[in-house]
Amino acid sequence: MATDLTQARLLTGGEAIVEAMCQIDPDVVPVYPITPQTPIIQGYAKAIADGRAHGEMVNVESEHSAMSAAIAAAVAGARTMTATSSQGLALMAEVVYIAASMRAPVVMTLGNRALSGPINIHCDHSDSMLIRDSGAIQLFAESAQEAYDLTVLAPRLAEHPDVLLPVIVCVDGFTLTHSAEPVELLDGEQVRGFVGEYRIPHPLLDLATPTTQGPFAMPDYYFELRRQQAAAIEGSLAVCAALGEELGELTGRRLAAVEPYRLDGARRALVCLGSTAGTAKDAVDEARDDGEEVGLLRVCSYRPFPAVAVRESLADVDEVIVLDRADSPGGSPPLAVEVAYAAGPVRSHVYGLGGRDLHPADLRGIFAGDAGHYVGLRGGEPCPA
Amino acid sequence: MGGLKAWTELEPGGIVVRDEAVQPRTGGWRTGLRPDADLELCVDCLLCWLYCPDSAVRLDGSAFAGFDLDQCKGCELCAAVCPTGAIEMVRDGD
Amino acid sequence: MSRLKALVREEHGTPPLRGGHSLCQGCGIPMVVRTVLDSIEGPKVVVSATGCLEVATTRFPTTAWNVPWLHLAFENAAAGASGVEAAYRALRRRGGLPQDDELTIVAFAGDGGTYDIGLQALSGALERGHRFVFVCYDNEAYMNTGIQRSSATPFGAATTTSPAGSVSFGKLQQRKDLTAIAAAHAIPYAAQSAAGPHWQDLSVKAERAAKADGPAFLNVLADCPLGWGHEAHVSPSIVDGAVESCFWPLYEIDHGEWRLTYRPPEKRPVEPWLRSQKRFAHLFAPEAEGMLDEIQQRVDADWARLVERCGG
Repeated sequence: MATDLTQARLLTGGEAIVEAMCQIDPDVVPVYPITPQTPIIQGYAKAIADGRAHGEMVNVESEHSAMSAAIAAAVAGARTMTATSSQGLALMAEVVYIAASMRAPVVMTLGNRALSGPINIHCDHSDSMLIRDSGAIQLFAESAQEAYDLTVLAPRLAEHPDVLLPVIVCVDGFTLTHSAEPVELLDGEQVRGFVGEYRIPHPLLDLATPTTQGPFAMPDYYFELRRQQAAAIEGSLAVCAALGEELGELTGRRLAAVEPYRLDGARRALVCLGSTAGTAKDAVDEARDDGEEVGLLRVCSYRPFPAVAVRESLADVDEVIVLDRADSPGGSPPLAVEVAYAAGPVRSHVYGLGGRDLHPADLRGIFAGDAGHYVGLRGGEPCPA
Repeated sequence: MGGLKAWTELEPGGIVVRDEAVQPRTGGWRTGLRPDADLELCVDCLLCWLYCPDSAVRLDGSAFAGFDLDQCKGCELCAAVCPTGAIEMVRDGD
Repeated sequence: MSRLKALVREEHGTPPLRGGHSLCQGCGIPMVVRTVLDSIEGPKVVVSATGCLEVATTRFPTTAWNVPWLHLAFENAAAGASGVEAAYRALRRRGGLPQDDELTIVAFAGDGGTYDIGLQALSGALERGHRFVFVCYDNEAYMNTGIQRSSATPFGAATTTSPAGSVSFGKLQQRKDLTAIAAAHAIPYAAQSAAGPHWQDLSVKAERAAKADGPAFLNVLADCPLGWGHEAHVSPSIVDGAVESCFWPLYEIDHGEWRLTYRPPEKRPVEPWLRSQKRFAHLFAPEAEGMLDEIQQRVDADWARLVERCGG
């Protein structure tokens, strides 16, 4: 994913997302503040105050109301965006499921942050995992550049007639939201051209065709309505691939559900989500320099999970090592489970909960087989089998 | 009501377009009585029309035009509020 | 033209809420809904909270609604209405709507979805000044889930979670004064009303609410034959009894000015009204001694305070 440094600006992921929002210029933005999403909503508010964005920003009184108002605006017929993190996502979790089942194409930035308790404002992926079954699409950015690119992609994906689902762009809290990186922006015309007009099949505000939206369903129909929704997210993989290509023509950077890195000839491969991939790529390079045949598969689309692409990418790898930045106490970590189901047995590690950094030394230990299941934990850990 | 639809035949999101919606009938809720209006006593005050919880009073312009027995649940509110006693509950089927 | 004929005309032959729903025989809610919606000129969009009205009227794939209608969840009718309103403003501003009519957004919620779980979203929407009408159909308990107590349930009323037994006798807390809470948000219009025999009061208030330049709140008594314990066809007299005994006064707060819209010619004692409903039957047993007096005293005190607030 090459950013042309001669064209790039130095922007944090949060700032880059604000730029994307100004260019997309959504109609309605209901938001509630929570660290580390705050620079995004603050930046957007300033953009409105300066006339760079023209949406109705609704400063609601909780995240639950943010997603509620967002669904209502989206089904009413307005392009709608919002943002949250951690506890905010937990509070609105009920309504995220409803957004997906009502097929509301809301675009949301999720500044990935650890779930309480204890309360912690730093990065991990537990918030994403809380709503993994909600039916919302979740795409993970590796860099501030990708945070921008995915945000530009998101409305087209969400609003596609075969999709019509909420799209959540996941950006690691602080690491991406608050850290400055080179980001190449498209110009406003290009974004407007790519994103296009907002169109949904049955806007609530189409008074000539009254609709009832948000039904009550008995056992005779709930199952069928859910199946229809599942079909939409399954089909969105292909739509996302096509849109990733199309956007790639504009940016020079093709977005894809998975990104293989030096997997050719790799005997062992890491699998991970988000910004950790950046560190992992360095670790892979270092190991390769030492003659180790290792590689990385970065997963960008966590939901829908690109099982076929994962299986195919890892087909010739002897040992798959999955790094999860979330845990499922009493069960198996969420990314490991998906990869194992798609591609066979894996070695699983949990790292970075509550913002604990993962260092190149940790990755060296992981490659060497010295790292505990919970990486870098004080108190010692048995190594996974 | 026709047969139940397959998942492939449903509107995304379970949206119901009014003009295509299934319309149930609740006249079967009655337990033996139905309203009957004596048009000689009726003064078209329209209170029965407003009070009916099932929108089962038909109008012709702003004149009383009968009961929709497909929807009437037999709650007797129309008979209770009629100011002229024009509405009586009689045996269903009569 | 009489007010009732104006309501008929507003329907244009198509009621906003038609029959074929599964609300109980004699339910007090539909009259509230139709009176309110028919008293508002022009197109309407309805947002409903989870509850009797929503569940009974929209079992997929049916609908009893002839107007555009939206349901999200239990606590967020006001947040949903806020979203629709923001969308409406945004689309109107950029010429994105197929029609130019002035739309009225009306949210309906029961007392549960207003006083309790819905209070946060309501407060937020009122504070932000969205232009919409929020109507609480207050039947004084969580009726849809089986008659559980809410903060709108009157002191002494039996519900399934505040039952009358041998050592306690119904709800032990007083009702919350939600109309005053709404008014405290300094919105242009808030009012308390009832359907039944006082439907004209409700109709006038619905009209005013829709014309308010900002949020409007209507707290409307809706009787529940099943939950209150009375025959459906005596509903009009039950609603009447609540108003005439000053248990449920009718008033409005128009740009901060409090005004009684109905003063009973004769303030009736509350006891006969309590006697008319099974939910209060236990109050007449010797074990519940003192509760009846407490109810009457509280009604008297609240009424006196309201009258004073309304200028005597």
